Amino acid sequence: MSKEALAEDTAGMEKVFDRPKSLNNQQFSYCPGCHHGVINRLIAETIDELGIQDNTVGTAPVGCSVFLYKWFDIDVIQPAHGRVSAVATGVKRARPDLNVFAYQGDGDFASIGTNNSTHAANRGDNITVFFINNTLYGMTGGEMSPTTLLNQKTTTTPKGRKAKDFGPPIKMSEMLSALDGPTYITRQAVYDVKRIDQTKKAIKKAFRIQTEGKGYALVEILSACPINWGMDPVKANERIKEEVENVYPLGDILDRS
Amino acid sequence: MPRGKVSVHEERCKGCGLCIEACPQGVLSFSGDFNSSGYDYVTVDNPEDCVGCGFCGKVCPDVALTVYKKQKEGV
Repeated sequence: MSKEALAEDTAGMEKVFDRPKSLNNQQFSYCPGCHHGVINRLIAETIDELGIQDNTVGTAPVGCSVFLYKWFDIDVIQPAHGRVSAVATGVKRARPDLNVFAYQGDGDFASIGTNNSTHAANRGDNITVFFINNTLYGMTGGEMSPTTLLNQKTTTTPKGRKAKDFGPPIKMSEMLSALDGPTYITRQAVYDVKRIDQTKKAIKKAFRIQTEGKGYALVEILSACPINWGMDPVKANERIKEEVENVYPLGDILDRS
Repeated sequence: MPRGKVSVHEERCKGCGLCIEACPQGVLSFSGDFNSSGYDYVTVDNPEDCVGCGFCGKVCPDVALTVYKKQKEGV
């Protein structure tokens, strides 16, 4: 539709939904139906609403969201695999005037970077961490990650994950909530509009905790990986609701804010 | 006149269909055609039924939708 025709059609109407300013025009390279896109948009929208685009720095993981610097219209650092929370800590300590967020997948946060993420939480560093849990390694072909559910089939567990071989799925948020360092830990999902709105509230709260200097905030978000789960996007959403949520219950786990 | 309007950025759409599921009014459907990336993109099928709730935009993982809503008269 031409711009003129659109302007005519929308005369007397208000724009209620559009691309946030903190995202540029580059197309995401995520697969169809991947929740990373929704989460990226929520973070960008929150940055817009808080008016912190010019003094926010992100740190991106190795994984599907490695290209955050391509899509966000803010400065993004892409550290070595798993070192995202550590680098975010460094940026925040060198420049306390900046808002710093770490964006990590389950492979990054709960596997190769467990030590970095745990110690950042324990230090109570004044950063905001987003932990995107899709229960496997998405970019490299759907291998088992520490958060893979029991009996879930992945390319490295073709008969399903068994506790006697690999242990049960690791619950990072519950684990970190046992520490004295963190201020806010919550687990959210984005499989329907209601959950998306709640996730946005949690993201905003996590950023506010940082701008108010209250310390470490972690937002874990259950995410779908339709391609590696072998499901269409609608079924993948149902799987989170019916299966993943039972192992990783939603809601605030810790709130000292 | 419809209460809302949704416009689809066809080249950005990857045809996941989540917006079609989320729309309470059945406004959107697959186009049956392909964009330059080879995806069966979403198109506005029943523009008259759109109420401008923005649900489609919220669930879209590729931020491919823009939603407009009619302003209340006398406000």
